[in-house]
Amino acid sequence: MSMLRCVAALMIAVSVASLAVAEEDTRVKGHIDGAHGSAAVEPAASANMRLGTPLTSDDIAKWDRTIFPDGRGLPPGRGSAKEGRVIYEQKCARCHGEHGEGGTSEELVSGPTPPSPDNPSKAIGSYWPYATTIFDFVRRSMPPAAPGSLSADETYAVTAYLLAANAIIPESAEMNAETLAAVRMPNRDGFIWIDVKK
Amino acid sequence: MARKLASEDLTPVAGGGLLHRRLFLKAGLVLATAQTATSLRAEEVAATTPRAKPEDPADPSWIHKPGLPFTGYGTPSKYEKHVVRNIGGNRTPQGDGVSWTPLEELEGIVTPSGLHFERHHDGVPDIDPAVHRLVIHGLVQRPLEFTVANLLRYPMRSRFLFIECGGNSNAGWHEEPIQRPAGSFHGLVSCSEWTGVPLSLLLDEAGVDPKASWVIAEGADAGLLNVSLPLSKLMDDAMVGLYQNGERVRPENGYPLRLIVPGWEGITNVKWLRRLHVTDAPAMTRNETAKYTELLPSGKARMFTFVMDAKSLITSPSPGQKMHGANVYEIRGLAWSGRGKISKVEVSADGGKSWAEAELQDPVMSQCFTRFRSPWAWDGKAALLKSRATDETGYVQPERDVLIKERGREGYFHYNAIVCWAVDEDGTISHVYA
Ligand code: HEC
Repeated sequence: MSMLRCVAALMIAVSVASLAVAEEDTRVKGHIDGAHGSAAVEPAASANMRLGTPLTSDDIAKWDRTIFPDGRGLPPGRGSAKEGRVIYEQKCARCHGEHGEGGTSEELVSGPTPPSPDNPSKAIGSYWPYATTIFDFVRRSMPPAAPGSLSADETYAVTAYLLAANAIIPESAEMNAETLAAVRMPNRDGFIWIDVKK
Repeated sequence: MARKLASEDLTPVAGGGLLHRRLFLKAGLVLATAQTATSLRAEEVAATTPRAKPEDPADPSWIHKPGLPFTGYGTPSKYEKHVVRNIGGNRTPQGDGVSWTPLEELEGIVTPSGLHFERHHDGVPDIDPAVHRLVIHGLVQRPLEFTVANLLRYPMRSRFLFIECGGNSNAGWHEEPIQRPAGSFHGLVSCSEWTGVPLSLLLDEAGVDPKASWVIAEGADAGLLNVSLPLSKLMDDAMVGLYQNGERVRPENGYPLRLIVPGWEGITNVKWLRRLHVTDAPAMTRNETAKYTELLPSGKARMFTFVMDAKSLITSPSPGQKMHGANVYEIRGLAWSGRGKISKVEVSADGGKSWAEAELQDPVMSQCFTRFRSPWAWDGKAALLKSRATDETGYVQPERDVLIKERGREGYFHYNAIVCWAVDEDGTISHVYA
């Protein structure tokens, strides 16, 4: 670290010297014929290397889309499996199959039992350790033609539909920030951390 | 001038005719090389296309007329147009899939940027660098936003590093050996010089809370790909990559910035990096639970298998190429390890019964491609070629049956077993399990 800081300080010295010449207009005019692109010489990061602009909590709220398994980050909203089925049929079935059995894209439905040599399924019901992951992935990535287009309510609904189709929650259950985080997936304990300690 | 082969030069050091690795350097021999699929095709075309007036190599037409004008950005020779990424089966939607680096067509250790493999989940975003930001927030004293212009002002570092998709070589798990060119089987790995800002500088500027232990990285592609990474690795040697092989990172490799995580699986090298959420637990995203985990025969699955273990591969001769008959050949290949430097590569011509040490070409760098070469006197009989890498930690690339015994066949990711090419008496080369 301190090495890098030294280097940074040095770089400033160098770039200040060249700045005296470069000043404002550092556009390099092309040689012989025709101008090339702009090439402003920027000063190196300052001595304490603070080029980041501080963010307010309002700014962060616009960026932060992380959802944790304990439910942190889940937005307000709600949806039921029944509502979700309608959305699924309209927006998802084309690629994932009428009942989530898979099509041009992954199967989304399997029995609610952890994988075994006879049934090495990695679909939601048998493999996924956390239900919050469904909400997170669908909200940010699906459907591929318009990722981020589902509202929070729609995402809760389609998540509820997928959980019910995998026989993990009853058809009648409603998903919201609390109930979703409380869902215990059958394969929750099915993973061994390899390159990092728990 | 090539020296004549002395009989002692051709004394094999291992079965099947493998010669001492230093033979080339010592003798400056002229060698046969397996013909690439491309040159085979070119010959076919040449044989069937009548030429008005054949060029005389001693006096070709191009030495008598001015050449082509200058170009702003050069492209490969028109005679090399076939050296392209092999784009893998696009599903619906089009932007989800892979393209393989044609490893069998390349030499040295650097992958040309335009041939770097791709794995996109929903296409390549068209990012305006003036609008793009990198945000660091969460368990930090000062949540920060960086413009690309500002990131370019930080002190930088360069490293030659391979990036390998965790799913590379996954056809190796199949029951039947896949028959494809080497790069279209193992080419979800490429090697570049990456230049960028050490991430520790930016994390220090934000002031990481001592309670923090994980960072969730997010890209600005359609679908906002996200993965969780241990903070310690990011502080240790990760960087925000701005340049690849001397020029700004290409769009398909993460323009304007890519997280570079040396030696770790491709998915962690988040392209189009836009957000780092410093936190105390992994987010358990889809790409670290449903994918990039490896189901074992026990029913349990390996998770957070970040490091790419040592692997090697013979790129010549390899499937799709053809031998020219009994002669002395140069076996050429690549080895790499996510744990450090390659310390040794051995080559076998008898399916692993005996091994000869290959010559490692300088430079040998940590978490980078290493080129190896080995002279081989092929007697024209059927042979089984293998290469086996050892890295500086002592880890030895496993045989396929050993890997499968340990991991089963449902893991999909992290296949790094020894690869075997069968050379037939007629000079054709195929992929076999042996
Ligand atoms: C145009 C086809 C298409 C449509 C429509 C579509 N998906 Fe997908 N879906 C995909 C593809 C392709 C993937 C794999 C993406 C990847 O490889 O990263 C995927 C992955 C998924 C996954 C992760 C599967 C796994 O095992 O990792 C889930 C869950 C999912 N989609 C849910 C949905 C939902 C819910 C909808 C409707 C709102 C939807 N998808 C609509 C193509 C589609």
